[in-house]
Amino acid sequence: MDNQLIAWLLAAAQTALFVGAAPLLAGWTKRVKCHMQNRAAPAVWQPYRDLAKLFRKELVIAENASWLFRATPYVVFSAMLLAAAAIPLVAVDLPTGAIADVIVLVGFFALARFFTALAGMDIGTAFGGMGASREMTIAALAEPAMLMAVFTLSMTAASTNLSAAMGYVLDTGLVLRPSFLFALLGIAMVAVAETGRIPVDNPATHLELTMIHEAMVLEYSGRHLALIEWAGQIKLMIYAVLVVNIFWPWGIAREFTMEALGLGVAAAAAKLMLAMVILVVWETVLAKMRIFRVPEFLGFAFVLSLLGMLTHVVLETGG
Amino acid sequence: MTSLAQLSLFEQAIIVFAALALFSSFVMLAQTRVLPLIYAFAWQGVLLALVTALVAYVSGHPHLYISAALTLALKVFLIPWLLHRLAMQLRIHLEAERIVHPSLLLLAGGGLVIFSYYIALPIVQRSGLATRNTIAVSIAIVLIGMLVMIARKKAVAQVVGFMSIENGLFFAAVVSTYGMPLIVELGVAFDVLVAAILFGVFFFHMRESFDTLDVDQLTRLSEAREPEAPHEASGAAPAGPAR
Amino acid sequence: MNLLETTLATPLAGAVLLALIGHRRAGGWVNVGVSAITFVASLAMALNVFENGPQLSTDRLFYIDAFNVYLVALTAFVGMTTSIFSRPYMRHEVERGRVSDRRMRLYLSMYQGFLFAMLLALSTNNLGILWVAMEAATLATVLLVSLYRTPESIEAAWKYFILCGVGIAQALFGTVLVYFAAGQRLGIGRDDTLLWTVLYGAAGSLDPTVLSLAFVFLLVGYGTKVGLVPLHNWLPDAHSEGPTPMSAVLSGLLLNVALYALVRLKMLVDASLNTPLAGYLMMGFGLLSFMVAGLFLHRQHDIKRMFSYSSIEHMGLMTYAFGLGGPLATFGALLHMTVHSLTKSAIFVTVGHAAQLAGTQRIDRIRGLIRTQPAVGWGLLVGTIAIAGFPPFGVFTSEFLLLTATMKSFPWLAVPLLVGFGVAFAGLFRHLHPMVYGAPPPGQAPVRANMVPVAVHLILVLWLGLSIPKFLADWFSQATVLISGASPL
Repeated sequence: MDNQLIAWLLAAAQTALFVGAAPLLAGWTKRVKCHMQNRAAPAVWQPYRDLAKLFRKELVIAENASWLFRATPYVVFSAMLLAAAAIPLVAVDLPTGAIADVIVLVGFFALARFFTALAGMDIGTAFGGMGASREMTIAALAEPAMLMAVFTLSMTAASTNLSAAMGYVLDTGLVLRPSFLFALLGIAMVAVAETGRIPVDNPATHLELTMIHEAMVLEYSGRHLALIEWAGQIKLMIYAVLVVNIFWPWGIAREFTMEALGLGVAAAAAKLMLAMVILVVWETVLAKMRIFRVPEFLGFAFVLSLLGMLTHVVLETGG
Repeated sequence: MTSLAQLSLFEQAIIVFAALALFSSFVMLAQTRVLPLIYAFAWQGVLLALVTALVAYVSGHPHLYISAALTLALKVFLIPWLLHRLAMQLRIHLEAERIVHPSLLLLAGGGLVIFSYYIALPIVQRSGLATRNTIAVSIAIVLIGMLVMIARKKAVAQVVGFMSIENGLFFAAVVSTYGMPLIVELGVAFDVLVAAILFGVFFFHMRESFDTLDVDQLTRLSEAREPEAPHEASGAAPAGPAR
Repeated sequence: MNLLETTLATPLAGAVLLALIGHRRAGGWVNVGVSAITFVASLAMALNVFENGPQLSTDRLFYIDAFNVYLVALTAFVGMTTSIFSRPYMRHEVERGRVSDRRMRLYLSMYQGFLFAMLLALSTNNLGILWVAMEAATLATVLLVSLYRTPESIEAAWKYFILCGVGIAQALFGTVLVYFAAGQRLGIGRDDTLLWTVLYGAAGSLDPTVLSLAFVFLLVGYGTKVGLVPLHNWLPDAHSEGPTPMSAVLSGLLLNVALYALVRLKMLVDASLNTPLAGYLMMGFGLLSFMVAGLFLHRQHDIKRMFSYSSIEHMGLMTYAFGLGGPLATFGALLHMTVHSLTKSAIFVTVGHAAQLAGTQRIDRIRGLIRTQPAVGWGLLVGTIAIAGFPPFGVFTSEFLLLTATMKSFPWLAVPLLVGFGVAFAGLFRHLHPMVYGAPPPGQAPVRANMVPVAVHLILVLWLGLSIPKFLADWFSQATVLISGASPL
């Protein structure tokens, strides 16, 4: 009984940490990027200040906006919050991890995307519709790749549960798996597309012809915008955690002692910071591609995930 | 359930490199520019040499080291260098080819992998070697090489496809039977070398006659040819100056 | 075994020698001389094997039995007669300016290199070397197909190179699988488990599943070189665009060598499988090639292309016959191999003269040969009659044997076979008649032609049709016993 309670408390704490740290991760990314490109960098706390400012600002809502437009920020944020709750960040075997598996996670993303796209079209501006259509195009291509990569992992671990998958990887120790390599690359590419990073989308631009995600949320202001931005930062962190913790779960806490948990937090922080540095290098090296080439990019991601699946079947199941 | 964890780290590395070699085949399938295509082929050679050397180490067949060295010399340095030089001389190194349906092509490649898995099943079931699972990969490399040759229209891409078929065959021999007898391998390497040189000669001939290296342009000989086609050349031809 | 070494070393030395002096006028004579030495050596070796039985070289790399020694002798013989024809023919091409002296050197050197590769493929005991030699034979001839450097010939050579290269790659995979099967049974990593003698000895214990898979790959691979439909696309192009002596040896010899490889492997697979799978596959592909090529004969506009399709047709028939198995069919197939080689090379030689005479290879421009130059006209007429399977010639005999064998085991297959003969016959003769008898275009003059090889070949074919000499019959039946396990006589 006591253990149960502690576990639930831990799960709540982990979720809070997740949601709370997401803007910090975004700030860190921006800072590294500025350093990389020889620009004066903002403080890592800058995203918090931006969010706080947005929360204080007045809401401006278009006259013809329906309830959908108002509800969307809350739906999106809650979806991300629930998704964040399901992902083991510093410890596995938490009660929230047991109820949510990868497919549910993909469902949360789809829910958030669906509402964002609807809200983009709700106002009836040209940009909203354009952004919504582009977003759905990309999503339609990214989701199969994502699912294929996820299935590769679940076939290896014989479970679609994230917590179980990480446990499996920890149990078997260091094994060189080509399928994981391909799935990792595939998921990384999907993550880049889904979180609107270069080369698919540029998070820092409002150039009308190139933007995808920004086009949909152009009409939002005040606390609505704050929630959507925050949700975006959580999404980035979710993908980052997925990548680092599934493919390199070492350090994550398996028992609920102070030392283990402390180590888990430190390990998660270190791994995430490193992952973001890699992302920044990637973004600095590549140029944004034309929107018409995005299907090729995601097609490649799908092929990678498919290769992961195939190599798992062909090479890793003892013939 | 998987036996992967029971293999030694070297054997796992063999499997990873095999998977990467397969990946390089996919890269060749989709790469439209000439130079990166040649580099992808060279990388496949590197992976092949690595696998061969690892198999030699794990299985204790020292003659495989010779095969690995041969691969390294031939498939990593000599042939890519030849192709690179030809591309530079013929000024095609910046050309890119338009592939009509790249995603479809890649999916077809995936289909070929599944197909090779089924072909390889009876072999894999009978083999006791640690590397047996990679036999399917080697068949897939062969088949994808053929797909490259079918789908691509540039002569350079066809040559790369041809050579990667050769890679796949060599790979098959290494992982299923620890390589062919040395004399056969030397003979095959000799044939490959001669083929590479002949390809080079052909590039120049094609450039001279067709002014392009697009295989699409080779349409003079076909069953549907009109009898009026200018075909005097092979008969009476008023003495073209012999080059 | 010294005779074998002479047989193999002579063309190899000839290739090197001609690479040095081939551009001189004497090059053609040297070519003839080298080919003649090769033939004499091979004939002596053949008689030796005929009397003393199969021989294995001490290093076990070469193995000579009745089956392959007969092909060695045939190859050397046609190689020699074609070299005799090629000397004045190529001289004429040089004089017309279609071939430079440098390319003449390439041609002569590669001619010998090609002969060497084929003889090596026939006499080797190692299935891997067999593959290497087959590929080498392709590589040696690929530059000869494009010798004239016309766009058509370059296209033909490219097709030949690519399609045969890809095709024969499958055969290498099949060879790897055979090696794998042998490794399972006899130990992995041994150097001698690709030797045919070792494999054949252990054939009964090899894994049938792996071997049948291997045979499919080998059939596709060597079948491409045999020119089996639907893998035949390269053949009419390569055979029609190259210089005529090349067409003669490609059609007359290289196809045989590829078929030889296929039959050797079928023997191996049959011994392991105990089912007629390999035979059925060969019958199916053979019959398909036979029928399709016969139809294609009708719509040809190029005389060399037409006879290339005729080659596909006959190779299909032989493949079918070897697939049918049984002493009678095998005997017929061996005989057919011989008479087809002789007749087809004779026809190509004649066609070469006819094309020089008319100044084109287009059928509708070749007219009235028999009036302009009776020797060429008669040669073409008699050759075509022989290849179409008319009674006094050897082709008739072998086709009759095959038909009889078919009637015995698969009576219903005799129908497509007969239809195929009829279709091919009609296809050849609808084109032949105007070429031989039509009115010659004004100004058509005779060319310097050496019809002796043609005459020799056709007389041999006639002789084989009237009565097969005793020693040759014994020889064929020895080979038949080797392949099918029973004597036809």
